Amino acid sequence: MPKKKEQGNHLAIEGEFTIYTVGELKEQILGALLANDEFEMDLSAVEEFDAAGLQLLIMTKKGASALNRKFRLTGCSAAVLSLLDLSGLASFFGDSLTYAKSKEAIA
Amino acid sequence: MIIPDDYLQTFVVECKELLEQMEESLLVIEKDPTNPDIINAIFRAAHTIKGSAGLFGLEFIVEFTHTAESVLDRARSGEIVINSNLTALFIAVHDHLATLVEHVVEGSTPSTETTDFGKRLTAQLEVYLGKEIKEVSFPPVQKLNVSEQSSTGDQVGADHWHLSLRFGTDVFRNGMDPFSFVRHLSKLGTIVQLVTIIDAIPSAEEMDPESCYLGFEISFRSEASKTDIDNVFNFVRSDCEIHILPPNSKISEYQKLIQELPEQEMRLGELLVNCGTLTPDELKRVLQVQSEISTDEPQRPIGEVLVEQQMVSPPVVEAALKKQEQVREHKKAEANLIRVDADKLDELINLVGELIIAGAGTSLIAQKAGMADLMESTATLSRLVEEVRDSALALRMVQIGATFNRFQRVVRDVSKELGKEINLVISGAETELDKTVVEKIGDPLTHLVRNSMDHGIEPAEVRIARGKPVKGTLKLNAYHDAGSIVIEVTDDGGGLNKAKILSKAIERGLVDENANLSDKEIYNLIFEAGFSTADAISNLSGRGVGMDVVRSNIQALRGRIELDSVEGQGSTIRIRLPLTLAIIDGFMVGVGDTTFVVPLDMVVECIELRAWASDEGDGQYLNLRGEVLPYRRLRDYFDTKGEVVRRENVVVVRYGEHKAGLVVDKLMGEFQTVIKPLGQLFKGEKGIGGFTILGNGEVALIVDVPGLMTQIEHEKDSRE
Repeated sequence: MPKKKEQGNHLAIEGEFTIYTVGELKEQILGALLANDEFEMDLSAVEEFDAAGLQLLIMTKKGASALNRKFRLTGCSAAVLSLLDLSGLASFFGDSLTYAKSKEAIA
Repeated sequence: MIIPDDYLQTFVVECKELLEQMEESLLVIEKDPTNPDIINAIFRAAHTIKGSAGLFGLEFIVEFTHTAESVLDRARSGEIVINSNLTALFIAVHDHLATLVEHVVEGSTPSTETTDFGKRLTAQLEVYLGKEIKEVSFPPVQKLNVSEQSSTGDQVGADHWHLSLRFGTDVFRNGMDPFSFVRHLSKLGTIVQLVTIIDAIPSAEEMDPESCYLGFEISFRSEASKTDIDNVFNFVRSDCEIHILPPNSKISEYQKLIQELPEQEMRLGELLVNCGTLTPDELKRVLQVQSEISTDEPQRPIGEVLVEQQMVSPPVVEAALKKQEQVREHKKAEANLIRVDADKLDELINLVGELIIAGAGTSLIAQKAGMADLMESTATLSRLVEEVRDSALALRMVQIGATFNRFQRVVRDVSKELGKEINLVISGAETELDKTVVEKIGDPLTHLVRNSMDHGIEPAEVRIARGKPVKGTLKLNAYHDAGSIVIEVTDDGGGLNKAKILSKAIERGLVDENANLSDKEIYNLIFEAGFSTADAISNLSGRGVGMDVVRSNIQALRGRIELDSVEGQGSTIRIRLPLTLAIIDGFMVGVGDTTFVVPLDMVVECIELRAWASDEGDGQYLNLRGEVLPYRRLRDYFDTKGEVVRRENVVVVRYGEHKAGLVVDKLMGEFQTVIKPLGQLFKGEKGIGGFTILGNGEVALIVDVPGLMTQIEHEKDSRE
């Protein structure tokens, strides 16, 4: 089971973000998306990331725009970035990523 | 017809420049066959050559260029797509044009052989024009003809495979990860572009995270057979919709593909363009035929909708094109240049040199006279002179990129000749160095590059056996370091075999059998005269002439060459050259009554001998903050006369990886130095690189730090 710290609208996923954990994570993400106007995920401690994880991340991004929520990624580990790169989807998440960066810069 | 010589000269220079541009564009276009800027550049080159040749009445050039220009014009309007065949043909055309221009230079007419070759090329070019006649005779109004033609003969220009994958929902549950197939695929070839299809992912509420909704559109370059590629997907076959289209498939095959895939056709078309599989024009043709087929059906609205979608397509096409442009910003900045005779530049540099000497004299007089106003004015003057010097030198500085780019062609040709696949990676192309140095570095560099390709990079079978990528990589890199420019030629080939080099060197009597050599010393043996370890002598290299010539060429430029190698992983050859040959910033030091100049770029620090560094007893090494520093007294080295001072100073100099200390009496500060070469008489002297004239008219010797260091190393070796 993945370890995670949950703080209302902030979800940090650690360890595995794969087919073994997406079932549980989906419920949490969906819950958080419905409950908050803004939602952020921290993937900087994700060690394993597969297509199922990627797919869930896409769903989150799509769901957020469908529900008119602000969504951002506050950090991505190398595993996440490499798959984003391979899939050619880095630009799809591009705005969430840059937003995360500029936010950091202000803080 | 008699042509005034200087006009003809201008014509030849212009032609050569245009041909160079044309070649550069031809090499880029293989990677980006639809970029209108590149096609235009090639067309313009051909067009201008034809035009100017016409002015001079050079009929043989006009005639030949005309056909090429017509073909290019068609490419420009998008009627034909530039594929690798056509590129190869145009490279031949380019070479032939270069030959023709050479004839103009010599004032001779082409031989029958050359003319025949030109005719053959023209015939090949006409094939691309012949098609035009056919298409004109079947205007696109006749729907049937168009669709039939597209389904029989119309091929797509892209020469890579196209794979469309739509994974079934159970793929994850069966324990498979779609990306593992992608990774596997990349072992068979190069993935040019991969687009992940995420359209099928349902809304957040409905999505089952354990079901797979993904798909891929992949453009893939590979020599593998269709079965090999197909076999990658063996495990997922029952769970996945797989379409594999070979390179240059017919337009009709793509139509079929688009119809069979679940997504909307416009979306798919966009994806295919994104993948680089179809060009926007080809997509238009695919969709056009699609819409024409639809109009056969009784319901007009569908046809109209499709036509409407056609209307949507231009912006899509535009967007795709824009993106391609952004990715490959290969656009050359519009050149805004003045052609200047190199001799005039040399004269200017020479004058600036004299100006520096005269300026130094004036400030010396001002100092002696003690006139504050005059001293201030000379200070301003020398600052300005310094700026003039810098910009005069900058005029001679050119980027090394143009030299590097020439190797694209060399690598392309030589790798074909050798039957090896080799990729050239260029970095540091914007590094600048003196034009004379650039001119002289071309030949040695060509030799090194050929050598690396021939001996360094292994044949494909060996590479596979060693677990390396089939395609070899050759890197050219340049950067500035401590007043020198460093040029590196790196290959990921087999590296050098130490044992083999050593035994060969012993056999040839280059080293003693019992000599204890470091790895670096062994590697650098290959630069000795008459040395070659290649088992086979090929057309290109391996005759044992070469590396020593390369080294003496480099040394003539006051440079150094060295080699690093890891067996089985490749080698790096590093050339270190002075940035300029004329003027340097010097650091003046005094020893007895004599003044020496050390190039400022090489000075690391100055310390007082007794206060900071202690002699370790043997008079050879200093302990500099715990570091062992070899040192020499310049007084002893040059046997200088004069009063001995109480406080000596050490100037710590660095060249490449070596550091050394020079003990001097006085530190006299920075000084701009015009290097004057020493006469023939002093040619053998290693420690002095030249001389300069000081403001007071005296002569100061310029210390050749690299030479001095080799000298010190030699002494060290001979003692041991």
